[in-house]
Amino acid sequence: MKAKLIFWLGVIWVASTQLAMAQINLRLPKTVEAGVAFSIQTAGSGKAVLYIVGPAQVLRRDVELGETTSFAAGDLHNAGHYLVVLVGSSSTENGAFDVTSAHQPTALSFIAKPSRLPVDLHDGISGVAYVFDTFQNLVMQPTQVSFHLAGVAGAPQTRTVPTHNGLAWTKMDSASKEGAAQFVAQVGNVSDTRVIQQVPGDPCRLRMNVRPSGQRLALETEPVRDCSGNAVPDGTIVTFTEMYIGGEATVDVPLKRGIARTEMPAYKGATISVATGVVMGNEIHWGKE
Amino acid sequence: MWKPLLFVCSVLATLLMWGSDQPAVRVAPTDSVGPRTLEKETATAVVRDYLQAWQSLSGALDQNRPDLLNRDFVGTAKEKLTDTIQEQAKLGIQTRYQDGKHEIRLVFYSPEGLSIQLVDTVEYDVQLIDHEKLQTTQHVRARYVAVLTPTEVQWKVRVFQAESE
Repeated sequence: MKAKLIFWLGVIWVASTQLAMAQINLRLPKTVEAGVAFSIQTAGSGKAVLYIVGPAQVLRRDVELGETTSFAAGDLHNAGHYLVVLVGSSSTENGAFDVTSAHQPTALSFIAKPSRLPVDLHDGISGVAYVFDTFQNLVMQPTQVSFHLAGVAGAPQTRTVPTHNGLAWTKMDSASKEGAAQFVAQVGNVSDTRVIQQVPGDPCRLRMNVRPSGQRLALETEPVRDCSGNAVPDGTIVTFTEMYIGGEATVDVPLKRGIARTEMPAYKGATISVATGVVMGNEIHWGKE
Repeated sequence: MWKPLLFVCSVLATLLMWGSDQPAVRVAPTDSVGPRTLEKETATAVVRDYLQAWQSLSGALDQNRPDLLNRDFVGTAKEKLTDTIQEQAKLGIQTRYQDGKHEIRLVFYSPEGLSIQLVDTVEYDVQLIDHEKLQTTQHVRARYVAVLTPTEVQWKVRVFQAESE
């Protein structure tokens, strides 16, 4: 008796399922490119409501079963995974499909860092490019991104990198000469440019000369340059220190046209040194005790 | 006899489905994430903030309140979700997203530390409600790609996009 009941319940369930499937039938595309027109075919008769639901977009249409429901170009433009729900008067049918990003990249989000750095730095500049389509979807299909760094001096550097998960990145060396460089990321006809200021590095060699100036000493550095020969920026502080019997004197002087000048008392037997940053210059011993 | 039993079963299933708040989370080893070295604390913060973003998304789409996105979303992701919520409100629709399982893989930490990309194979349930009437409940498995960027105190989701697996 119980087995019979279970059997007939099963038959009824299968029959009702079949009936529902006969009433409503959804034919969906597997994937749709963002912004491209598409259609959904339903079977059966009567009125129903068609929902296309995802976090990125939601659509609702009143449809006639048995007819094709068309969606115009641009109706569904955000890439993502979408549920399709067709609610008829007596049954509901579900499905799903994916909207993929458009194949044509139309926008770049280009992050280049730093905007200012010393010359002659290996892998000192980084560039990251995120590639988007016209609907601001990350373009997931691998795409070649060209990075190009060119400035007033040095050979231009170019790298072509394929995107992975919508992004490509690279590292570049700063040039050996100071000046602005254009850092360009390009994909297809789309490009984005950042300006990188390459400034002289730390002073490489510091040397001063001394000559008497009345009762005092006139101190003057030679032009201060970095290891690539670029003039260190004016305003960089150079410190002169004089040590003599019974005391010490220190003078901080900013570079002016690449040279630091000052005067200090002329003590016999004094030792005068010069430094800037972490770079020590030469020492001079003045006169005799 | 069968009808009450079926009803009880469906109620139990619903309770089980919607009762647990905490999704199961598995994070792939982060040793090989680069090019910037990813510290453990950073990885932990990114995953925490990303999962929190799912909670915000869920509340915002359920209540049709775009303001709930402010804490965890910025940029394109926030704009798109806001548009969805506004469209839902216009149509009288609500959607309830309950994330049940995340398999997260951090795949990129940018050299300057300004963006992190992750890929999440996520399983969640969606309920569609039209004018207070539940239309369907669906279980979904999808692959999400997210890009997070740092703000003053946390990581926020800037790109949030599902892709076919």
